[in-house]
Amino acid sequence: MRGLNKHIIGDEELEQLLNELFLTHGYDFTNYAQASLRRRVNRLFIVDRISSFAELFYKVKTDKHYVTHLVEELTVNVTEMFRDPHVYKILREKIIPVLATHPVIRIWHAGCSTGEEVYSMAILLDEANLLHKSLLYATDVNPSVIENIRKGVFPLHHMKQYSENYIQSGGKRDFSSYYTAKYDWAIFDQKFKARMIPATHNLVSDRSFNEFQVIFCRNVLIYFDKDLQNKVLDLFDESLEKLGYLVLGSKENIRFSPIVSKYGQTDPHEKIWRKLKSEK
Amino acid sequence: MEEAKIRKVDAIVIGGSAGSLEVILAIVAALPASTKTIIIIIVHRKNDAESLLENLIKSRTSLRVREVEDKDPLRYSTIYIAPPDYHLLFESRKEFSLDMTAKVQYSRPSIDVSFESAATIFKDSLAGLLLSGANADGTAGLISIASNGGIVLVQDPSSAEVDYMPQHALANAKVDFVVTANDLPAFIASICK
Repeated sequence: MRGLNKHIIGDEELEQLLNELFLTHGYDFTNYAQASLRRRVNRLFIVDRISSFAELFYKVKTDKHYVTHLVEELTVNVTEMFRDPHVYKILREKIIPVLATHPVIRIWHAGCSTGEEVYSMAILLDEANLLHKSLLYATDVNPSVIENIRKGVFPLHHMKQYSENYIQSGGKRDFSSYYTAKYDWAIFDQKFKARMIPATHNLVSDRSFNEFQVIFCRNVLIYFDKDLQNKVLDLFDESLEKLGYLVLGSKENIRFSPIVSKYGQTDPHEKIWRKLKSEK
Repeated sequence: MEEAKIRKVDAIVIGGSAGSLEVILAIVAALPASTKTIIIIIVHRKNDAESLLENLIKSRTSLRVREVEDKDPLRYSTIYIAPPDYHLLFESRKEFSLDMTAKVQYSRPSIDVSFESAATIFKDSLAGLLLSGANADGTAGLISIASNGGIVLVQDPSSAEVDYMPQHALANAKVDFVVTANDLPAFIASICK
């Protein structure tokens, strides 16, 4: 039975592993939400065919390539284009008209993984004739996923789903006009990546680097504990202009954070908040 | 095999898939208004934005009903529902968390994931119930609940609309009670505080 022979990491082992990752490699997972992090560590034993904690720990101590792989496994890279189409419908109808009034539109996609959401937003801006004056900062802790944003290449077999999402978000064009199919890949139009600034940024340890009118951070905070969530929300607050928008995942909320008093939810059913006050 | 004992528990996790909705609604309808035990429901369903399941359950009970958001506190006398397209986990007896990692048993939420997480947190003060369904999700979770000392319950496959899921559990896990759909509402109410 699948459930019987899997390795379950102990409390002390996990602490030892996280300490090593932080002290030797600078990756701080200590304030990640434990239940999910444990699942991902336990999964390593199966996918990497590791038989004991000692073996895992030895690899982390001695093999830099393995650490890169491990960090990719421990950070979650699940994303899709126009995920939760209703969110993009609101962006299209309510938020982009407000952004249009700015001379330059600056958007930060924090923890954007392979960039599906960044391309989705670029398409919306393009359809509103605003792409030429927009800058989309696309950051993630993993250098390898950032590389994908530079390439603008996505698996072709996802395009059917993305096209359906696009239509549900209010898209009126032929979604396939935005990419060229080549073998198993969809290569997106160069005009999109020309407006993107991909960079590595670690939400746990790096600081604010600009001011934005919109910050996206969808389904990243769920992996952090409440303390780290509040710290990252402070970072977003510092990085958001007055009247700017914060867009979170559909089951994330700022109500446990002190910043909540400065923000108003744009629609009771959507996880989009507007910064109404600069001071508490 | 030692005799399984009926006892009252702090939390009950209920997993279901195809054909489980009617049973779930009958169970929640039979819970007394004074129920303290936390009920957590994990069902396979499509990602809809309209909270249909939440509203259906609300229409059958006076207890608090909530589709879980990340880091929500766990409160007694509440029925929680796993949100579509996330795995539902337990950080502690007091806090939920969510995760969007790969599907398990082709499912997100996966019953296995939530049952295993609940088992490590609630130990012997947990009961897990697996209902009608067409895949193998839930069995590994029940095994985990059993090994942590919790009560393992399975809907009698002969009373299930789709018997694969309960049948699979019976073949692979140590089950304390097999209960028919008709008897489940009273049985669940009897192990609630």
